[in-house]
Amino acid sequence: MIAYLGIDVGSVSTNIVVMSRSGEILAALYIRTRGRPIEAILSGLAETAGLLPGDVEIAGAGSTGSGRYLAGVMVGADVIKNEITAHAVAASMYVPDVQTVIEIGGQDSKIIIMRNGIVTDFAMNTVCAAGTGSFLDQQAARLNIPIADFGEMALSSSAPVRIAGRCTVFAESDMIHKQQMGHKLSDIVNGLCEALVRNYLNNVGKGKEILAPVVFQGGVAANAGIKAAFERSLKLPIIIPRHFNVMGAIGAAQLAREEVEKTGRTNFKGFEIAGLPYRTSSFECGGCPNNCEIAEIYEEDRVIGRWGARCQRWDVM
Amino acid sequence: MPKVTFPRMGESWRTFKMLMNDLGNEVVIPPRPNKRTLDYGVRYAPEFACLPLKILMGTYVETCLEGAELIVTSGGSGPCRAGLYGQLHKKILNSIGFPVDIIVFEAPKSHPVDFLRKVNRLNTSRLSYRAIWECIKRGWEKLKYLDDAEKLTHVVRPRELEKGSTTRVYRRVLDWIDTAYTMKEIKEAGEAALEAIRSVPQDPGRNVLKVGIVGEIYVLLEPASNLEIEETLGNLGVEVRRSMFLTGWTRDNTVKETREILTVKDAAAPYIPLCIGGHGQESVGHTVIFAKEGYDGVIQLAPFTCIPEIVARTILNRVSRVHNIPVLTFFLDEQTGKAGMSTRLEAFVDLMRRKKGHAGNLRAQTEAG
Repeated sequence: MIAYLGIDVGSVSTNIVVMSRSGEILAALYIRTRGRPIEAILSGLAETAGLLPGDVEIAGAGSTGSGRYLAGVMVGADVIKNEITAHAVAASMYVPDVQTVIEIGGQDSKIIIMRNGIVTDFAMNTVCAAGTGSFLDQQAARLNIPIADFGEMALSSSAPVRIAGRCTVFAESDMIHKQQMGHKLSDIVNGLCEALVRNYLNNVGKGKEILAPVVFQGGVAANAGIKAAFERSLKLPIIIPRHFNVMGAIGAAQLAREEVEKTGRTNFKGFEIAGLPYRTSSFECGGCPNNCEIAEIYEEDRVIGRWGARCQRWDVM
Repeated sequence: MPKVTFPRMGESWRTFKMLMNDLGNEVVIPPRPNKRTLDYGVRYAPEFACLPLKILMGTYVETCLEGAELIVTSGGSGPCRAGLYGQLHKKILNSIGFPVDIIVFEAPKSHPVDFLRKVNRLNTSRLSYRAIWECIKRGWEKLKYLDDAEKLTHVVRPRELEKGSTTRVYRRVLDWIDTAYTMKEIKEAGEAALEAIRSVPQDPGRNVLKVGIVGEIYVLLEPASNLEIEETLGNLGVEVRRSMFLTGWTRDNTVKETREILTVKDAAAPYIPLCIGGHGQESVGHTVIFAKEGYDGVIQLAPFTCIPEIVARTILNRVSRVHNIPVLTFFLDEQTGKAGMSTRLEAFVDLMRRKKGHAGNLRAQTEAG
């Protein structure tokens, strides 16, 4: 069976999907990056290979996410695409007439406005990570609530308390203040959900025309409390696609498919690379006062990629 | 002979170096802003100040360490903090042990006497006014060629056949312009430089997007402060037109406003009818003009916490809607990681390409129907 591989290497999670020609998801993996993207990609690939039926043949591979170049050179991707395009492509595969995509991941959040199937506008959080998955993770850990229960807890609240949402430092000190005053935890958690949604709409969503259908994806879409807060605030129904947490990878797989249909061949190196040794190193260039920090990745003893230079000096491998 | 230095803004230092030498001063060339510049800048500037203040702070510390005694800079007009930065820099530098003085040139059209007095102070060789005028004319010629060469790379780079060839040629020809001295040499070197850039092998049939760049002057003019966004866009197949060059800005602030800036103000008038400081009004006006000229998109560059650009950004939402042109804003600060910017630029280019393709389809459909 012909299938396509999509890899999304984000700050918090690394997601891998294998999608058949008919768009069926044959394997979907969501694992933590834990600051070690190479290990995550290798173990993710090995695990994915184990999930697949024997007759699957990968006809194309795509990568996205902040680690897309790393993943791209490691697996031999046919397409390396930014996450905005990947998410937009994936959203319109499931909801073809989608007009708004809300995506909240670990480190960044974005809004994508689409009309007639094309992206007409987008924004990403610029200077602050308030309202992203990492902050929710951190607060769940502080309150000792499993992140999976966070949303349900918010839904059980009857009266949300107001939490400042503009800045994580403000939010945290507000939460601590309210907790010490004796407010119920569920109300504080619900208040936090509302604050994050308020911040998202005022910051990332500022000035954007949010029309239905609205698709909500990314890891934070698992949080029922945030979904409910969006619905209350926008007064619109929010659609969460079945594979909400791996949508970037699905988009990358779809883009890889479009690419190999054009080129007729794939650069994918195969799942065997999971067994190869990869390592990275870095150095300061010193060629000019910029002193760029150059990072290199080695496959066995061969350099396959370099990043961080501001000029082309290190482009030749 | 006093050791003079000045802010680094792109390649303009080549002109100022010549001018200061001509007037009889030794010059400490400001280094290209780099990690050390930022380290000094962040250490000695107020935390809440904007990126241009911090970069200049760092540049001055670097040049003072090399013995600079006198800093020459320009003031600002309108309600923008940058107008006071020269004085603030001096206080800070003095307090950390550098006994430098600073000369702040205000716009000559509003401060003519003050302008002449300051020129005199820099005139170490005691040249006649007429001789000074000749020096300025040569400097101006050099500056124009430097700007023209840079502008030309913006057109050639997206069409180059070999990646990086434009930048390579550009780096080389800058030295030709730099070493030219007499009017004749400058003209010859300048024309040769433009010809060399034009001769970079190109693909004339390439489908190139056009993007206008607006925003605050320092982050527009110094590539090191905007993560070389114009070069990055060129490599993505985008021709850029920057709304501001030093030659254009100088014309507007020396004698009288050129026609161009008046049109920009007209274009901005429905949104911002008065000067709000910095280049907020220009950012809006240029965006309107870029939209009318059929550009595919506009990118706004703003230092983090820059009030005029924050005001402009909010208004650009509406300009973008009314004129149907995509606008992307970058707030720049001390971050040097390029990943976030690359992601946004790549997505923006995808957006513009799809929009253009789609508009083409619609037109084809209506023509067919």
